[in-house]
Amino acid sequence: MLTALKQRFRTWLFRPKIESGTVTLTQRRIFILPTRQGLALGFMLVLMLLGDINYNLSLGYVLTFLLAMMAVMSMLHAFRNLAHLEIRAGRVEAVFSGESARFVFHFRNSGTLDRYQLNLRDSNGSTVSFDVPAQQDSEIIFPVATSRRGWLKPGQLTLYTEFPLGLFHAWSHLHFDTRCLVYPKPLPDAVLPSGDAPDGTGKRNIAGDDDFAGLRNYVAGDALPRIAWKAYAREQGLQVKQFSAQVGEELWLDFSTTPERDLEGKLARMTRWVLDAEAQGLRYGLRLPESELLPNNGSAQRGECLRRIALFRLPESK
Amino acid sequence: MNKPLIYGLLLSILMVAAPHADHLPLWISALCIALLTWRAYLTWSGNPLPKRWLLMTITFASVGGILISFHALFGREVGVTLLILLTALKFMELRNARDAMVLVYLACFIIITNFFYSQSIPIALYMLATLLVIVTTWVHLHGQHIALKPRLRIASTLLLQSVPLMLVLFILFPRVQGPLWGLPQDAFASSGLDDKMAPGSLSRLSLSDEVAFRVSYPDKLPRRDQMYWRGPVLWEFDGRTWTQGRTAATIAPEFTDTSDGISYSVTLEPHNKTWLFALDMPEHISIPVRLTYDFRIVRNEPVKARLRYEARSFLTYHANLHEAERQIQRALQLPPALNPRARELAADWRAQAEAVPPPQPSPGGRGSDHSLTEINKSIVRNALNYFSRENFSYTLEPPPLGLHGIDDFLFKTRQGFCEHYASAFVFLMRAAHIPARVVTGYQGGEYNEMGDYYIVRQSDAHAWAEVWLDQQGWVRIDPTAAIAPARVELGLSAAVSDTAALPFMARNPPQWLLNLRMNWDTLANRWNQWVLGYNTELQFAFMTRLGMESVTWQKLALNMAAGLGIVVALFTLFMLRHLLVRRPDKVQAAWLRLCRKLAKAGLPRAAYEGALDYTARIAVIHPELADAIREIGMRYSALRYEGQASKQQEQEFIRRIAEFLSFRNRRKLG
Repeated sequence: MLTALKQRFRTWLFRPKIESGTVTLTQRRIFILPTRQGLALGFMLVLMLLGDINYNLSLGYVLTFLLAMMAVMSMLHAFRNLAHLEIRAGRVEAVFSGESARFVFHFRNSGTLDRYQLNLRDSNGSTVSFDVPAQQDSEIIFPVATSRRGWLKPGQLTLYTEFPLGLFHAWSHLHFDTRCLVYPKPLPDAVLPSGDAPDGTGKRNIAGDDDFAGLRNYVAGDALPRIAWKAYAREQGLQVKQFSAQVGEELWLDFSTTPERDLEGKLARMTRWVLDAEAQGLRYGLRLPESELLPNNGSAQRGECLRRIALFRLPESK
Repeated sequence: MNKPLIYGLLLSILMVAAPHADHLPLWISALCIALLTWRAYLTWSGNPLPKRWLLMTITFASVGGILISFHALFGREVGVTLLILLTALKFMELRNARDAMVLVYLACFIIITNFFYSQSIPIALYMLATLLVIVTTWVHLHGQHIALKPRLRIASTLLLQSVPLMLVLFILFPRVQGPLWGLPQDAFASSGLDDKMAPGSLSRLSLSDEVAFRVSYPDKLPRRDQMYWRGPVLWEFDGRTWTQGRTAATIAPEFTDTSDGISYSVTLEPHNKTWLFALDMPEHISIPVRLTYDFRIVRNEPVKARLRYEARSFLTYHANLHEAERQIQRALQLPPALNPRARELAADWRAQAEAVPPPQPSPGGRGSDHSLTEINKSIVRNALNYFSRENFSYTLEPPPLGLHGIDDFLFKTRQGFCEHYASAFVFLMRAAHIPARVVTGYQGGEYNEMGDYYIVRQSDAHAWAEVWLDQQGWVRIDPTAAIAPARVELGLSAAVSDTAALPFMARNPPQWLLNLRMNWDTLANRWNQWVLGYNTELQFAFMTRLGMESVTWQKLALNMAAGLGIVVALFTLFMLRHLLVRRPDKVQAAWLRLCRKLAKAGLPRAAYEGALDYTARIAVIHPELADAIREIGMRYSALRYEGQASKQQEQEFIRRIAEFLSFRNRRKLG
């Protein structure tokens, strides 16, 4: 009963709703309560006041009142530190499961006052601290750990500040409709299925692992065994060995040919296939039980394939 | 914890505890400095903090040391010492933000302990500076990457903003007259006159520049040789020290033939004693006090806060013409078997005086009494003559005296301060069978032209004598005046030799320095009366003067809340003003006006449309206005995005928009 009432009160007070576009932190959206340190200061001030009265210390009164009023003003400063900030969610790059999703928020401070020590926190308690200088836009990256494929939403975030004296906690709830696409975690290594040669001579084991063709820069998702550790040791950065394959070969990445028995395992293998096929410059198509993507290559093809794999048979796939 | 933050905390604590070094035991100060230096070194070198057992050892050892040096763990002095010591120790385990916060709070708390010892203007200013350092560190704690300058700015903004609010609270907060609980015995330092007098006690006091009290005379001034401020009256002598002794009050004090009334008001510094000071002889005091049998004014409570009272005294009087026999006997007692030569001298004077034939008896018939008075008077004259005739000198540094102190002084050293003369004189009088007693208090004072009042300092402390004469009562005799008339006429500096160790300012400093000192004292006096002495009474008086009728604490509280509300509201308005998006400039305003008008005409700008696209679309819809609107679009994007806008171009743009929106065109837009 009480918890239900509490919940209703919170709903009424904070009006949680999912927002899109730019949110301006108006008065109605900012809440303030004293922190524990603030309460401790209050307690100390009461002690000091008793001492002033007892010992008739005029300057003691001055000090006590000065500190008390400074605390009151610090409440206003904490409020002001958040007030009239404009926030919108930015574009989020897709990541592979296991990596952290980097949600982007644009903070705009159009006033002439620097905002210090703002914190963004999610319900799991991970926090990012940052400043927003006067009349500037700041791009804040909020990393969230991922563990499964599909759409990841940051949920309700809390923007809070205790600046300048830590006596008051001013906060505002932010719930943007931003989301991050999480691809399945690719298998560490998997052999590509055999492809159809464009001349129709039948199947042939592709792989193309035999002929070393050169190095290219590492991109997320590349298999670890393919990293050129020697090049890395020579401080040439992370590079991946490329092996020759016939250009123009067409390859179907077919869900039904995956040897795994569980769905996630199959998708992990397919993810690896897409990455390898793209890395080898092959033309590849995707065949899932419900959909098919014609062979092509390039980052658009890679993105679309990974997207379909990531959202395969998920309720929120639209 | 970053290093500058720790240095800031160290500086805060150092600044806030520094004034305490004056009265802390030396080893405590040294220990605290050592601990702080150690912490600074550890921070600088990046070495780990000391182990817990080491800290515990230091803590227990030093608390034990405090127990040994103070013989207590309670009381104000010990409390302050412990507080400072534990604060310094807290530094040694400063690891996280929470510890830092505790230190900041401790620093604030130590400020207030400084006010036990001094609440002067310099201390107030110093503490304000300290508070700024503390708040700057405090802000640092919550914004560790912020540079010093913005931190300082934020801290001073906070402090400055809270000053007006603090004033509202200070003036209107309903004051409660303390104390709320029993104060420890050492709650207030006592300085000034004591209720006993031994050789050296007054000359030591005369080295102090401290203010004893301030007096203003609203009507007329007394002569300087009438400015005798009566303090403790001393009756009993043990050969070295004079004390008040014990007595049951026998008869009430009685003044007759009074004249030369004078009014004045006294602002007395707290001296932790029950007596107040008044000119001889007090007739009326504005606060509840008691007049003792020996004409002292005492209160039930020691004076622990600055006290202001109005008084009226008679400078001419006969005091206790009919003194009780018992008091007269008290005024004749001497310690037996001491100072034989002084007794001899007094007996000689008595014999001489009695040998002189008495003058013709007066017609009044009380001839024998009269002649007795005359005999006593001639003995008093003899004694004073003796002091001025023989080679006595007035000095702040008299040589030490032996067991027969009075004999040594009268016949050997012949150098003394007022307590030597008063003591010797009263001894001689009693030996000559004239009732006499020692009176201590203050004499003279320094005039402050700025504030039109007299400052009486500890260096004006004085001792004189009173003898009881038949038909005249108690008569004041100041033997010091016989040796060094300048002491009474001009003050101490005129009376002692130049080599004496007087306070610098009690000498003859240059005029500008004197003026400065007087201005400063005027300021200090106002500070004392209005800031430090602001209490319930003053608060009510002040509120009445501001026009509040029948002041009650409820009214004060209401006014306080209202005052705070108004000031906070003003600050809120002022502070939030900076946040609002600034108003669009002229170009933007003109463009927005155009868009509004076009929207009214059914051609709103779509959210995705830039200025050029929008104007191009309108140009298509209204070919007759195409040139004008395209021009506007081009100019707008040039002004807006090419970043080179001269005043002329801006004006031209605004003019074109006005022209476009002219009546004729608006009709075309329909």
